[in-house]
Amino acid sequence: MVQPWTEDFMVSFWIVVMGFLVVATCGLVGTYLLLRRMALVGDAISHSILFGLVVAFMVFRSGGTMVMFVAAVATGLLTVGIIEFIHRQSRVKTDAAICIAFTTLFAAGVVLLSVAEVKGPVHLDAECVLYGEIAFVPLDPAVEVLGLVLGPAPVVRMAGVLVGLLVLATVFYKELLVTSFDPALAKSLGIRVGIWHYGLMAVLSIVIVSVFEAVGAILAVAMLVVPPMFAAQLSDRLPVRFALVFLHAALSSVLGYQLSVWLNCSPAGAMVVVGALLFLLAWAVTRPRRAAFPGWMAPN
Amino acid sequence: MRRLGWFVALLVLTTAAPVEAARIGEMADWNFGSQAARFFSLQDPSVRYALGGSMLLGLCCGLMGAFLVVRKLALMGDALSHAVLPGVALGFLWGMTKNPAAIFAGAVGAGLLGAVVVQWIRATTKHREDAALGFVLSSFFGVGIVLFTMIQNLPGGAKSGLDGFMFGQAAALGPEDVWLLAGVTVLALGAVGLFYKEYVLTSFDEGFARSLGWPVKLYHYSLMLLLAFAIVSALQAVGVVLVSAMLVIPAAAAFLLTDRMGAMLAWSAGFGMLAGAAGAFFSFTGRSLPTGPFMVLAAAALFVLALLFAPKHGMVGRLWRRRSRAARIRRENTLKAIYHVMEDGGFREEVVAVGNVAARRRETAVGARREVAELQRAGLATEEGGRVAFTPEGWQRACEIVRNHRLWELYLTNAAQLAPDHVHDDAEVIEHMLGDETVRRLERRLNYARRDPHGKLIPGLADLAAGAPPSERAAGFAEKGAA
Repeated sequence: MVQPWTEDFMVSFWIVVMGFLVVATCGLVGTYLLLRRMALVGDAISHSILFGLVVAFMVFRSGGTMVMFVAAVATGLLTVGIIEFIHRQSRVKTDAAICIAFTTLFAAGVVLLSVAEVKGPVHLDAECVLYGEIAFVPLDPAVEVLGLVLGPAPVVRMAGVLVGLLVLATVFYKELLVTSFDPALAKSLGIRVGIWHYGLMAVLSIVIVSVFEAVGAILAVAMLVVPPMFAAQLSDRLPVRFALVFLHAALSSVLGYQLSVWLNCSPAGAMVVVGALLFLLAWAVTRPRRAAFPGWMAPN
Repeated sequence: MRRLGWFVALLVLTTAAPVEAARIGEMADWNFGSQAARFFSLQDPSVRYALGGSMLLGLCCGLMGAFLVVRKLALMGDALSHAVLPGVALGFLWGMTKNPAAIFAGAVGAGLLGAVVVQWIRATTKHREDAALGFVLSSFFGVGIVLFTMIQNLPGGAKSGLDGFMFGQAAALGPEDVWLLAGVTVLALGAVGLFYKEYVLTSFDEGFARSLGWPVKLYHYSLMLLLAFAIVSALQAVGVVLVSAMLVIPAAAAFLLTDRMGAMLAWSAGFGMLAGAAGAFFSFTGRSLPTGPFMVLAAAALFVLALLFAPKHGMVGRLWRRRSRAARIRRENTLKAIYHVMEDGGFREEVVAVGNVAARRRETAVGARREVAELQRAGLATEEGGRVAFTPEGWQRACEIVRNHRLWELYLTNAAQLAPDHVHDDAEVIEHMLGDETVRRLERRLNYARRDPHGKLIPGLADLAAGAPPSERAAGFAEKGAA
């Protein structure tokens, strides 16, 4: 059980650290998504981002961080824009509009990917949508700053994103709080709700693209949705929820990695499974206090 | 530990192969014309299976998707298509072979469990639909990934070909897959045909259905079961992510075309089949292009067409109606202005100067001339040398608009007790919308009053029925005005 830790400590360490950073970053943004009832917009952007990445690779022929971030933000805003366009211009409901927008962009991404494969090697494969390569993280070359070895490049980048996110969440705490909980009040206070909405979507896109390689598009959805649900189950206060998201991140990354070693399976998948189990645990603990259970297969 | 990295690399390599194989015509000498000819002659068994399978898939998904869209469960399809994954893996683990029956049973079971968990989270936590769906979608998928990667690492597991379920391989559709799709389609058609009334009522008015004592939950879960069938049988061809597209996009396009559920089901199924056929065609004729994404892009193109050109709910139709309404209101306002100018002159003149109309409309001379030209095109007025006269239809319509305006003002002052100087703006809007029946009722209610709150004469039904040209009307009005 403890063999990976004793034998090759640094590899295990970096995978777990990366897992923690990924879950914490996603959970932080996800908390706001959950409050705004937009959990599935995260799902939509995480799928449609494939399209943006393929286009960016085809245009720039490189996978630099800035190119990826710009492509992600553009695709994220495009997705949200298409969803709102369909919703406003027709009688199709938002949920169907979400599904139409992201599946179409995803399909276009897969088509472009297969075309690009013919024309030249593109350093991106469709499988990264599914699994992610968190196990490769320790193999990346380490980043050195001022002679100080910080760690593998993806981990450093992820930590940078998390720190940036924390700074943004602290500086704009009030605005995000008000626009998430009470858009009408925010409007009356003179806060531009639309700008905060699109800003959050841009940040969400950056978060998704930076976790894309590590855990894949679909497992990223789990990390956006499950930790905030876990936190919301245990507390109604936003700062406490953030703390709980960090707790969730720590537990699911350590235990998930341990599970993946034990079952010999994908670490990212195992972290999601542990995360979901943590939510079920929180649900079981708080059930009597929060809601009466009206019976098996209760009506909505 | 390094082993883990290698296995992921191996996994990527092994999964790349089925994606390569997921294209229909892998030809050395490739030519669009001959490929298209081969496709349409249907001589190739692989073409027949791919085309038949794709169209059945479109039909089946279109049918189920129509219910998802009207029940506002569009993302349920997305959630369930991801949630069946652990079932597929478990079905494979049962005997370590790609036994279709075991995989089908496992997947349907996992899909139903997902549907139950969604309801369960919604009923027992404060989380909304979106969070419940997101949870089921992603955590079931996580379990599926864990099981999948475990299978890949088991001896003999790497060749399982289970990855086909991720992106789909319409090219690899065999006779048994097509039969499975056909069976599921017949089942879905049969269930929808037999319980059409029940499904429609529970979709549109669940509360009413419940008050009738109908087992609403049973209908919901039976629909979810059919949905799981449709998803599992379609996974083989289009893969996890794009199944939800085939469920929702054709149905959403159909939703824009009709207001009747029966017609929507037919349109949706038809669009699904068309998209399936188009996907199979493009994938076969284009060199090494995957099938599933082309189906989805074809469906998306159909949706865009419906979004733009649907007769009632399309954007172009709506824009056209809005513009023609705006043009009608503009014409009617010009007619009214001409009437006012004539009235100011005591109806002594049959023609008025365009300049006076411009002053009345607070318009520039150019703008007024353009408006008068528009009236002329519509046959409502004639213009000669800067002077404009009504045609009989123009006179009729002008009288109607003025009457509507003044009746409404009178109604507001009499019935709603509004001050006479507060009623003009409201009447300015309503005058273009009052129908004949409402006008009759207003007239009766106001005792066929002849004057509005400002003392102006209201053109009555008798004046209109006479259809008199302006010259004859002028004398009549002048007399009454003098009296």
